[in-house]
Amino acid sequence: MRTVARRARPARSRSSIGRAPGGTGGYSVRPPGRHWGRSLRTPLGACAAALLAVMALIAVLAPVLWTGTANAFDTSAILRGPSPAHWAGTNNLGQDVFFQVLVATRLTAALALAATAIGVGTGLLLGTAPLVLGRRAGRVITAVVNIAVAFPALLLALFFAVIFGVGARGALLAIGFASAPTFARLTRTLSASVAGLDYIAAARIAGVSRVRLLTRHVLPNIGETLIVNATISAGDALLSFAGLSFLGLGVQAPSYDWGKLLYDGLNGIYVHPVAALAPGIAVILAGLAFNLFGEAMARALGVPELAGGAIVRAARTGRGARRARAAASPGSTPSTAPPFSPTEPDDCVLSVRDLRVSFPGGVHPVRGVSLTLRRGEAVGVVGESGSGKSLTALAIARLLEPPAAITADQVRLLGHDLLPLSPGGTNGVSPRTPRGAPDGKARVSGTRPRGVDRHFLGTSLGMVFQDPMTSFNPVRQVGGQLAEVATQHQGMTRRQAAARAVDRLRAVRIPGPERRYRQFPHELSGGMRQRAMIGMAVMGSPALVIADEPTTALDVTVQRQVLRLIKSIQAADDLALLFISHDITVVGQVCDRVLVMYAGRIVESLPSAALAASARHPYTRALLAAVPSMETDREQPLAVVPGRPADPADVRPGCAFAPRCAFADDQCRAADPVLATAGDGHQVACWHPQAAPAPITLLSGAAAAPASPTTPATPADARETT
Amino acid sequence: MSELRFEGATVRFGSRRHGHVAVDDVDLVVPSGTVVGLVGESGSGKSTLARAAVGLAPLTAGRVLADGRPVPRHGRRPVQMVFQDPFASLDPRMTVGESVAEAIPRGFPGGRAGGASRRAEASRLAGLVGLPDGVVDSYPARLSGGQRQRVALARALAGRPQVIIADEITSALDVSTQGAVLNVVRDLQRELRLSMLFISHNLAVVRYVSDVVAVMRAGQIVECGPAERVLAAPGHEYTRELLAAVPRPGSVLTAED
Ligand SMILES: Nc1ncnc2c1ncn2[C@@H]1O[C@H](COP(=O)(O)OP(=O)(O)O)[C@@H](O)[C@H]1O
Ligand code: SF4
Ligand SMILES: [Mg+2]
Repeated sequence: MRTVARRARPARSRSSIGRAPGGTGGYSVRPPGRHWGRSLRTPLGACAAALLAVMALIAVLAPVLWTGTANAFDTSAILRGPSPAHWAGTNNLGQDVFFQVLVATRLTAALALAATAIGVGTGLLLGTAPLVLGRRAGRVITAVVNIAVAFPALLLALFFAVIFGVGARGALLAIGFASAPTFARLTRTLSASVAGLDYIAAARIAGVSRVRLLTRHVLPNIGETLIVNATISAGDALLSFAGLSFLGLGVQAPSYDWGKLLYDGLNGIYVHPVAALAPGIAVILAGLAFNLFGEAMARALGVPELAGGAIVRAARTGRGARRARAAASPGSTPSTAPPFSPTEPDDCVLSVRDLRVSFPGGVHPVRGVSLTLRRGEAVGVVGESGSGKSLTALAIARLLEPPAAITADQVRLLGHDLLPLSPGGTNGVSPRTPRGAPDGKARVSGTRPRGVDRHFLGTSLGMVFQDPMTSFNPVRQVGGQLAEVATQHQGMTRRQAAARAVDRLRAVRIPGPERRYRQFPHELSGGMRQRAMIGMAVMGSPALVIADEPTTALDVTVQRQVLRLIKSIQAADDLALLFISHDITVVGQVCDRVLVMYAGRIVESLPSAALAASARHPYTRALLAAVPSMETDREQPLAVVPGRPADPADVRPGCAFAPRCAFADDQCRAADPVLATAGDGHQVACWHPQAAPAPITLLSGAAAAPASPTTPATPADARETT
Repeated sequence: MSELRFEGATVRFGSRRHGHVAVDDVDLVVPSGTVVGLVGESGSGKSTLARAAVGLAPLTAGRVLADGRPVPRHGRRPVQMVFQDPFASLDPRMTVGESVAEAIPRGFPGGRAGGASRRAEASRLAGLVGLPDGVVDSYPARLSGGQRQRVALARALAGRPQVIIADEITSALDVSTQGAVLNVVRDLQRELRLSMLFISHNLAVVRYVSDVVAVMRAGQIVECGPAERVLAAPGHEYTRELLAAVPRPGSVLTAED
């Protein structure tokens, strides 16, 4: 039996952060994860469900309506082929095969379901026993289950069939118990992964009993997966029954199920094959229906993953009103094309104009980002999580997959267009790309680069992600994974590539690079892995390195080493660096220029040196004020940014920061400010940019009333230009 | 509130020969009504020490005492804990109110046989950590990371603990939310005179909430003392290293190592 396991861990629903509408009235009272309906929306799921419904209907009605017809002997028509009177012919007693198949539906389905119930029930008991009984007894049970799982289910079924005797009851028990070990193991695996989560630990510390832990916490969280697997297994049970009956071990005359009919029909297969085909088709259809429906459910409930391992969950639950609202004010108006000079500088490495990323259902996490990076320049992007930083990076690196939709006026790396422009061209054009979309923008449905483009990207762009453990393949040597970049994209021989990999490991100051080359990712410490990841990013000779929260998972000491490493590599090779972090202090340390992102837009762009003293956007200033430092006054509450981050599924007109901004007025709520020059190399998108120098405690702590900004400062009403 | 005391606490994982010692003979006291900050790099054994205190990790040697009595390994513990990951710390299938109420011990208001409605008591606790009232009936999926951590804090308080252990409770949060959670921690601590072991690798955060700072490295406490003293005049080389590595606003990182 196959099992479809989905991550039992509650998906880190990033998309659900910040989604509750402001105020208290908007909290949902509906439990999460009820997406059963979605399984019906796929064609496959709908077909399977329809088949199951038809089958259920027949199972209920056929025995009532046609038992007489099916059992009637017609001695004048024995072993006949199909005819208008008997669609599937007759058997050796002259009974109508077609009606017998219909009538047999009930017994067949009932047996399959009962066997599944026995299997699931026994499996649940065995699988959860280790949780309830404690470690020692649990280990014994787990061992027994593991041994049982090693036997093929059919072998077990035959074994039990012999024990329980020939006949429907024997077959039922046999098939039920034969599927129990698989379920036991599935339950065990799922419940063990849930049992490792912090909320179980918290409940245990609070003194919640083991049985209650199981019923309140574990079972509800693994239920969906179990139901999906039970459905699939019902299909398998049905097939097994057909098998046993066919072998003469199952249902005995005068009762009949599809397997028995198949067995009878096969006797006359040369005379007239339809009598065997009809029950055979029924078995296959029903088995398929269960299996496909189970799989459709699995897919609907499952957690789609986007590329790069960086974006976790695509499933959005926003609907109805929210969607309507979002549609009424899509994030695409008004355009905030910043006043970047139309002519690119000669040493321009990356130039992005009006990049947008959206997801189905009116979700607009990136809403018009423009940026330019020159050779040797380090540019930082800061903002709260969910502000669209990672999606921007992934979109530039062409690592987003459908359903993400990317549009942009321009994405150029070293003068090469990364957006498909010529249909069928070699620069990674997706055949599905509608050329000249209505708004005149190149549009990509999150396609991965191909061909020339892929190699170009592979050598010109290096990526470093937050968690190198998920970026490396855990079962392959680190060095081999580095070398692969060179053999794949640079056409090096294996030996050259290995030499280059060792050289790069040395360049990122990994001691003993030859030895480390042969180690597996888990054998390296976190800092070491991140170094190796950086080494991988510079395997080619990239002109641009994008680092997305590269040090967030590291400690201060290791963080500083890794940051220094990034700086020195950048300086040595004159790389352009796009450095993404939620930590404004770190960005300020590492970068020449800082872009502050809020709700999918860049709201301020300024030199790092000016950050502390002359940030002008209220959001930037609030972020700066919120960072506790080694000098923070312990007697004062910490500054906080009141309210919650903007919801990319609910983009309203006006400045996205307005609901949290102390300086917001009607103008802010009506129109979205555009990035405008506010000084030398300084741009701000705000109607009321704050004057330097920054009063550092801009927003005072209001933890208990996060909805109301409590800022005493007076809004500067005139928009000055410096 | 009362005192938490580690006496020669040792946790070893794996076999005697091949295992490794995560917590190595730790003596540490969290005096009544004070916050002890525990800093150190990840993997230094901070979380294991915390889990050992509540019986989630087995002690190989030594003991953990709450108010002089060993912390039980089963049933309700007098030490409650708040965890790092806001996404794993609440049951997605239970409302906030149910999660909080579940931790209320028998005989207390809102607990079994405790009179008072569970919901009312959960609401009261939610209010204590600065959550709006309506949150009690909602599911965790609707909450932001900061809100979830506050719920976890409310749940810890619901257990009527003698001591609370907070293990990296703001590490997964944005600075904007981190401030709000830290303010709640600080206010509650002062109001209820909580005894607290506050674990974090962020020195600025530890400095903000702690009275005493302990520095952990490779399973051992290498330095422990009043916060001002340890942070202003560190006695151990490793503490100095940690302090030097704290990113400071306005400073520029140079490339040389
Ligand atoms: N597959 C997806 N489907 C729908 N929304 C998504 C998807 N991936 C990310 N998002 C949303 O896009 C927003 C920005 O995400 P991200 O770029 O990861 O932000 P950051 O890196 O700034 O934390 C988030 O609100 C997130 O919920
Ligand atoms: S002042 Fe107005 S435009 Fe500026 S950030 Fe606040 S709400 Fe937005
Ligand atoms: Mg991110």
